[in-house]
Amino acid sequence: MTVMIISVVAYLILGPIVGGLLAGCDRKITAHMQSRVGPPIRQPFYDVFKLTEKEDITVNNVQDFYVLCFLIFTIVTGCLFFAGQSLLLVFFTLTTASTFLIVAAYSSNSPYAEAGAARELLQVMAYEPMVLLSAIGFYMATGSFDVSQIMTSETMPFFAVWGLFIGLVFIMTIKFRKSPFDLSMSEHAHQELVGGLKTEFSGKTLAMVEVAHWYENVMLLGLIFLFFANGTVAGYVIGVVVALLTYFLEIFIDNSFARMKWQAAINSAWIVAAALGAVNLFVLLLV
Amino acid sequence: MSYVAKSPWIIHYDGSSCNGCDIEVLACLTPMYDVERFGIVNTGNPKHADVFLITGAVNERNKGVIKQIYDQMPEPKVVVAVGICACSGGIWEECYNILGGTDKVIPVDCYVPGCAARPEAIIDGVVAGLGVLAEKRARMEKGLDPEGKDEAAPEAAVGAPEGTEASEAEKEA
Repeated sequence: MTVMIISVVAYLILGPIVGGLLAGCDRKITAHMQSRVGPPIRQPFYDVFKLTEKEDITVNNVQDFYVLCFLIFTIVTGCLFFAGQSLLLVFFTLTTASTFLIVAAYSSNSPYAEAGAARELLQVMAYEPMVLLSAIGFYMATGSFDVSQIMTSETMPFFAVWGLFIGLVFIMTIKFRKSPFDLSMSEHAHQELVGGLKTEFSGKTLAMVEVAHWYENVMLLGLIFLFFANGTVAGYVIGVVVALLTYFLEIFIDNSFARMKWQAAINSAWIVAAALGAVNLFVLLLV
Repeated sequence: MSYVAKSPWIIHYDGSSCNGCDIEVLACLTPMYDVERFGIVNTGNPKHADVFLITGAVNERNKGVIKQIYDQMPEPKVVVAVGICACSGGIWEECYNILGGTDKVIPVDCYVPGCAARPEAIIDGVVAGLGVLAEKRARMEKGLDPEGKDEAAPEAAVGAPEGTEASEAEKEA
């Protein structure tokens, strides 16, 4: 119980700090990949602090409420995960959170935000099968859906479900909003739909979206970490290193791919889920 | 302390520019000049932007668009006129379809003259604009109007060229 409380409090406090620093590293590494100097690593914090200082010009106040729900549910997702609760509960809360973001974008009635929201729905459709399969994979590998049980499993889940691991890394490109599949959000240089989903969000509302994104990223990296947890320090170290390498890989992919169409996102994500996820689960059933 | 000057997000609008200044504005984003060092991001969305870069003179056609973009930007915000056409109308000043510089439509905070304005000058102009941005934020904190509309004499704009409204206001002051 004490461990649970400590890890939840640590997530609440350290989550945005780690997430923000990762976002800063992302921008720095991206800049270096393009032979630029890039902003300081603290830049994402400056951005968010600045956004909180801006005037509030929301046209439709209800969207702020939905974005607040998005932030709260994202934080709840992470808290459930780090409290060692069931993975299924974690994934369903995560879906609820993204639903609030989509509803927020639709409620603005802006054509750009609506196009972004439609694409976000397609993205959810693309990654959701793989996410659910990974929960089943963890259950079959360790005999439990509970993160706390998986954390102390005797063998690394990775060895049993490495196909699911690769599949999950694939859909992380969608979740982290990285280039070939950054369809809805138009992060930084990937402008197309003005600001996509977040076109109508400004000031504090946009700051909430950013902070939620940091919390979410930390939770997702925690999921990668979970593949290597086996109750030993060595397992934890490997988990953290692999999670950071995954993040770096996503930055690398971001910088080496042009944006693809939504059809490519759905097709490839489902093919990966079927080829790596479903096959991996069948093999586990047979062995 | 104010963070507004540490993360200026830019929206760029091409009034009726010949594209000379536009190319120079975009050159600022390249590895050669890399304005992201200062946290400057080209947003393309007025609701996310702090700095409004305008190139080219204002005409009847784009007057409404410029006003629209300016009104959609949340305070505090600054306007930087890039290139002599955006500053005063340049060689087009007396054309029948040209209204003149950007300041004929919206208040301009910084003028970056040149034909075309060099990337170094544009970066200088934006950095000067950051000072104005911080001042406006300070005014907002005090509960005053960030644009200084509630003050008797408007503050002089940075580097205003001869013949513009701002420099005339300076003379009067």
